[in-house]
Amino acid sequence: MTILVIAEHDGKSIKSGTLNTLGAARKIGGEIHVLIAGADCRDAAAEAAARIPGVAKVLIADDPALAHGLAENLAPVVVNLAKDYGHVLAPASSFGKNLLPRVAALLDVQQISDISGVEAPDTFVRPIYAGNAIATVRSTDPIKVITVRTTAFDPVPADGGTAPIEATAAQGSAGLSEFVSAEISQSERPELTSARVVVSGGRGLGSAENFKILEGVADKLGAAIGASRAAVDAGYVPNDYQVGQTGKVVAPELYVAVGISGAIQHLAGMKDSKVIVAINKDEEAPIFQVADYGIVGDLFTIVPELEAELAKVL
Amino acid sequence: MKILVPVKRVIDFNVKVRVKADGTGVDLANVKMSMNPFDEIAVEAAVRLKEAGTATEVVAVSCGPAQAQETIRTALAMGADRGLHVPVEGELQPLAVAKLLKAIVAEENPALVIMGKQAIDDDCNQTGQMLAALLGWPQGTFASKLAVESDAILVTREVDGGLETVKLRLPAVVTTDLRLNEPRYASLPNIMKAKKKPIDSRTPEALGVDVTPRLETIKVAEPPKRQGGVKVGSVAELVDKLKNEARVI
Repeated sequence: MTILVIAEHDGKSIKSGTLNTLGAARKIGGEIHVLIAGADCRDAAAEAAARIPGVAKVLIADDPALAHGLAENLAPVVVNLAKDYGHVLAPASSFGKNLLPRVAALLDVQQISDISGVEAPDTFVRPIYAGNAIATVRSTDPIKVITVRTTAFDPVPADGGTAPIEATAAQGSAGLSEFVSAEISQSERPELTSARVVVSGGRGLGSAENFKILEGVADKLGAAIGASRAAVDAGYVPNDYQVGQTGKVVAPELYVAVGISGAIQHLAGMKDSKVIVAINKDEEAPIFQVADYGIVGDLFTIVPELEAELAKVL
Repeated sequence: MKILVPVKRVIDFNVKVRVKADGTGVDLANVKMSMNPFDEIAVEAAVRLKEAGTATEVVAVSCGPAQAQETIRTALAMGADRGLHVPVEGELQPLAVAKLLKAIVAEENPALVIMGKQAIDDDCNQTGQMLAALLGWPQGTFASKLAVESDAILVTREVDGGLETVKLRLPAVVTTDLRLNEPRYASLPNIMKAKKKPIDSRTPEALGVDVTPRLETIKVAEPPKRQGGVKVGSVAELVDKLKNEARVI
């Protein structure tokens, strides 16, 4: 039984979630192939995929129509390959979530979304109801089409392998959709979903200006900055900061929640963090029920103090 | 332009979810049910397009038990013109829903389907993409902004790195993200008016769709509980604990 993993990449390098997805593939067991689809991905991205240990083959679909990961153009490429595979996996990122159900429907397969565990090659664990229940499901479909909750699986190493690279047919543009523009946040900070430390702010920050108070602590800790839905809805930060059921799911070593009350849908995105710190002026805030360490008080006093204390020990 | 809006009846987002003791699922007896919040955003988006003169008719469709008609009524009270109910008792999975909706689209010929990106019960995030695939239509998922042109729609999508705008040829499927709009509350007169709006029914058999689930749920369990932690008295104590007890800095 061979597994096809759809790599998420930017043309130059493989996104880290792909390595976690390969970790899930390894748990399923079997030969693993990786698909690199895009425009001008023949060199850097394909070579990076070929260096991943445990990858038996890298397939490249290189076509201008695949440049922005448009599902309308990419799904037929995957469907064409999928017939030779027992499993098709992609990270449960906005890329994978957009693409894979389109693939699954074209294959007449009921996708298994956002798996957090592998029980058997046909049986998987996944969170439902914002993580308030955990379902174990068995697929009766001949091909298992799966998106992977990347924080639930250890990444495979990025280097050490030498897989052969093979071209596969791209199918041009379906003529249904075109990419117009993107506003991608530029940041020197680590990526939210793979950061070792995340510092997140909520409505308690009060404004976009105040939100910047988190930057000093994040700098000291080498952290990514996240936010609750309330903070994003209020316009303090862009949507890509959102941690929660419908935003990003994170599970860092350390999660610092500042001025976040801890709504169920936010907890769904961060409660698998190893250590959680909560800073909130309301001692009844639900966030304290999941926090390992809590401080009750005014965040505008505590955050600068924290920055100063961290400066002493780091 | 006609818009089809699929809506799902789910456990209300404020209800604390309880897993059944026998591990077969989540306890839904005597629990408040509501329209899936993302679907409310979809209804709002469709109704606004009608109010702007872009859309001529908004049809709300729901697949599910008899009570799904209440969810359709909610959509009608928000401003949808008429409803369609596909009665299905028992479990319904996204692929089956997509097939039912495809059959409905064949009857109704909408230029646009707007639906929630994800239901907050099964958290699948599949049906819109699947429907687009089965129809051979383009898909604008996780939409935070829409602009309809004569034969196309510009969809701004919330993606991991920020925002992305795509142009889709109509007809198309759009799935809504949180920031597309803030859904209205239905006014009492509109709730009364909605009671007179028609809701038609189509069975899966009449639509020629097999809705047998493909995924078998073996068990449903409580998530592992996090141990409640400690409150610390000072920032210095916090940093000390992070360094020497938790060893994460």
